[in-house]
Amino acid sequence: MISPKYAREIPQRYRLEAAKCKSCGKINFPPRLVCPRCKSREFETVRLSNEGKILTYTIIRVSSDTFSHQTPYAVAIIETNDGAKLMAMIADSDLNEIEIGKKVKLVFRKIQDEGVWGLHCYGYKAVLI
Amino acid sequence: MKEVAVIGVGMTNFGELWNKSIKDIFVEAALKAIDNAGVDHIDSMYIGTMSGGLFVGQEHIGAVMADYLGMNPVPATRVESACASGGTAFRQAYFEVASGSSEIVLASGVEKMTDGVDVTAALATAADQEYEVYNGVTFPGLYAMIANAHMHQYKTTREQLAAVAVKNHRNGKNNPNAQFRNEITIEQVLNSTLVADPLRLLDCSPVSDGGAAVILCSMELAKQFTDSPVRVIASAQASDTISLYERDSLTTLKAVSDAAAKAYKQAELKPDNIDIAEVHDCFTIAEIVVSEDLGFFEKGCGGAAVEEGKTSLEGQIPINTSGGLKSKGHPVGATGIAQIIELYEQLTGQAGKRQVKDARIGLAQNMGGSGASCTINILEAV
Amino acid sequence: MIGIVGYGSYLPRYRVKVESIAKQWGSDPEAIKRGLKLFEKTVPGMDEDTITISVEASKNALKRAGIDPEKIGAVYIGSESHPYAVKPSGTILLEALGIGNDVHVASYEFACKAGTEAMYTAYSLVKADEMEYALAIGADTSQGAPGDALEYSASAGGTAFIMGKQNVIAEILFTHSYTSDTPDFWRREHEFYPRHAGRFTGEPAYFKHVVNAGKKLLEKSNMKPEDFKYAVFHMPNGKFPQIAAKKLGFTLEQIETGWIVPWMGNTYSGSSPTGLSAILDVAKPGDKIFMVSFGSGAGSDGFIFNVTDKIVDVQDKAPKLKEMLDNNKIYLDYGEYAKFREKIILNQ
Repeated sequence: MISPKYAREIPQRYRLEAAKCKSCGKINFPPRLVCPRCKSREFETVRLSNEGKILTYTIIRVSSDTFSHQTPYAVAIIETNDGAKLMAMIADSDLNEIEIGKKVKLVFRKIQDEGVWGLHCYGYKAVLI
Repeated sequence: MKEVAVIGVGMTNFGELWNKSIKDIFVEAALKAIDNAGVDHIDSMYIGTMSGGLFVGQEHIGAVMADYLGMNPVPATRVESACASGGTAFRQAYFEVASGSSEIVLASGVEKMTDGVDVTAALATAADQEYEVYNGVTFPGLYAMIANAHMHQYKTTREQLAAVAVKNHRNGKNNPNAQFRNEITIEQVLNSTLVADPLRLLDCSPVSDGGAAVILCSMELAKQFTDSPVRVIASAQASDTISLYERDSLTTLKAVSDAAAKAYKQAELKPDNIDIAEVHDCFTIAEIVVSEDLGFFEKGCGGAAVEEGKTSLEGQIPINTSGGLKSKGHPVGATGIAQIIELYEQLTGQAGKRQVKDARIGLAQNMGGSGASCTINILEAV
Repeated sequence: MIGIVGYGSYLPRYRVKVESIAKQWGSDPEAIKRGLKLFEKTVPGMDEDTITISVEASKNALKRAGIDPEKIGAVYIGSESHPYAVKPSGTILLEALGIGNDVHVASYEFACKAGTEAMYTAYSLVKADEMEYALAIGADTSQGAPGDALEYSASAGGTAFIMGKQNVIAEILFTHSYTSDTPDFWRREHEFYPRHAGRFTGEPAYFKHVVNAGKKLLEKSNMKPEDFKYAVFHMPNGKFPQIAAKKLGFTLEQIETGWIVPWMGNTYSGSSPTGLSAILDVAKPGDKIFMVSFGSGAGSDGFIFNVTDKIVDVQDKAPKLKEMLDNNKIYLDYGEYAKFREKIILNQ
């Protein structure tokens, strides 16, 4: 991960900062400069709820080289309790227990490593609750 | 705007072309199209390529290809819209002819995917890098999430997904350019290796090398070259969120329905006026969802439709008579152009054993990423 | 009153049993269980490290403290497994917790006692009125070389403490540190696994420092072992803290609650802090707690805590240590464990 590219996403990845549209209330994650729903350009920074539910998921058996040591692993689309959505890996779970609609909590985990010499790259993952 | 015709086509075999470079592949397809059309020059060329940079370390594809085709100083433009690069290149060529600024334009697509790079990572650049790919998802994974949502919402079955692959292999068997010319069974699909649950290896289009090219000119000029031009009666395109997770619905590809609405309006047609369709079956679930979003079937009924044979060669709307991406192969940049070639062959009665009787109107749907971009081109036999 | 205003722990869900490790190396698991009093240990997931453990433990501490993270003036993470050789762990944590940028951060390393160093510094800064709150963490994903005795104990987990003056749940009454240059255990730069001096790690290292720190602490406080409801010592294995307790005049009952090592393993910098966390989960107002850590190299930090009335308000606000230790376990076989701990050579 190229450092500047990694560093600028830290508020979103580490503490789930999102941009709530001051006009229509849509929570955009990650933040945007234009609200896709109402075109407003005024936002306030909010932190997403760290709980939500699984809208859909898959279990990745064949990954890119970056994640190949972790296969099989689950990735899901999560709707947080405040109605925002995001994509996250599901950690520490029996892959057979994952279902659409199940409740999850977002936790802080290492997402990927840049080889043995580069950055450790962190972010959010979901765990079943 | 002038009426635009396709007057000639050419493509390489799709597959693992170990001895051919991206230049060789492009030039072979382009020369076939030029010869097939019988034109002695072109005024401009468009090349759809998803990622020369990642796959073979070559950008500046327009200049490279114009040079190797021996066409300097003809303007050459590389077009990129991930897996929809070919369909988008066709649309740009269409505009250039329709506007009257060029007479004869080559629309092409090429991809060389087997030179040893991490293909999963390269293809994943078509999704959001920071919020999807960063979190470990792959392209099979994105479509697998659509599949799980569709199965959950509409009770689409695993067997229905498999039926797409079985049908497309049956069609591809009769396509001399196809990568896989073997029939497969439902059982083979269901027993193939899991790639991203619920999608298995035989639900996935392959990694392929290949090139495809077509020649466009105005309808009035077309008569000089051929007695059987094919008219372009609609060319539409739409965009959607780059990230799958930001969509309001996970079971609809909105860029497809948006582009379809525009295309049907341009052509003054309804879905049931379409005789054949080439759709973007990068994964089996994609064909099911797209067949619904194009309006061929009610939402949620695409799985049953393929199972009941409604999309087979003899069905009410034959889909992917070429074998689709699944059997024919999916050199990503070339795919959208190869779809146009299949329509051209069908509408001019040159599709051999795959020929759909009395096919007059064909639709090609090509999409990028998890459906963030989509082009729809509708062609009509003259 | 100065002391702990919030505490929280985190243990990974994965475990490996002594039997799985012993089988791999042809050792007798019953002898290890008997001799070292170790049964199983925590193993970090492939996506967990000292920083992620510190973040999750600190989130639990913040839940109990109920304070605005931006009021935290210092973040100290003590660990011998900081993910970076050069780059602080605490900077990542402060971003994750929303502590803001007006904060002093340092990574501590002192073998197994880096966590109590962090506690001592955090406490001292609050005492000096330098800041309202300071966050101290002891966390590790410790490594033991394959086949080494350490492999049965080296585990993962951590505990975070927020020190402050308002709403203190456990007042710090006395502290004492005892330190000498004792080369009982070390790891050179670029080496993957630590080295240790076998039985030299016992008497001249662990026992000398724990007992001397403990004795001085009792002297300073003018208290006797029987004045304490609980005691917790660094737990490199199950046996050492029991012997240290006896040497100082404590009973096994006093150390029982914090003696979590048989099922958790040695979380190194997180060892005695996590034992303290288990005690705070059940402590009652007025209970006195005696704590002595140990870090090879070597030194011990001692603390005496007085549990306040506020403890009952916070105990249920975050997961308790015993729940994390006993529930939701996922057992790994040795092969999976070796993969998780990157003991297998892979193509990069």
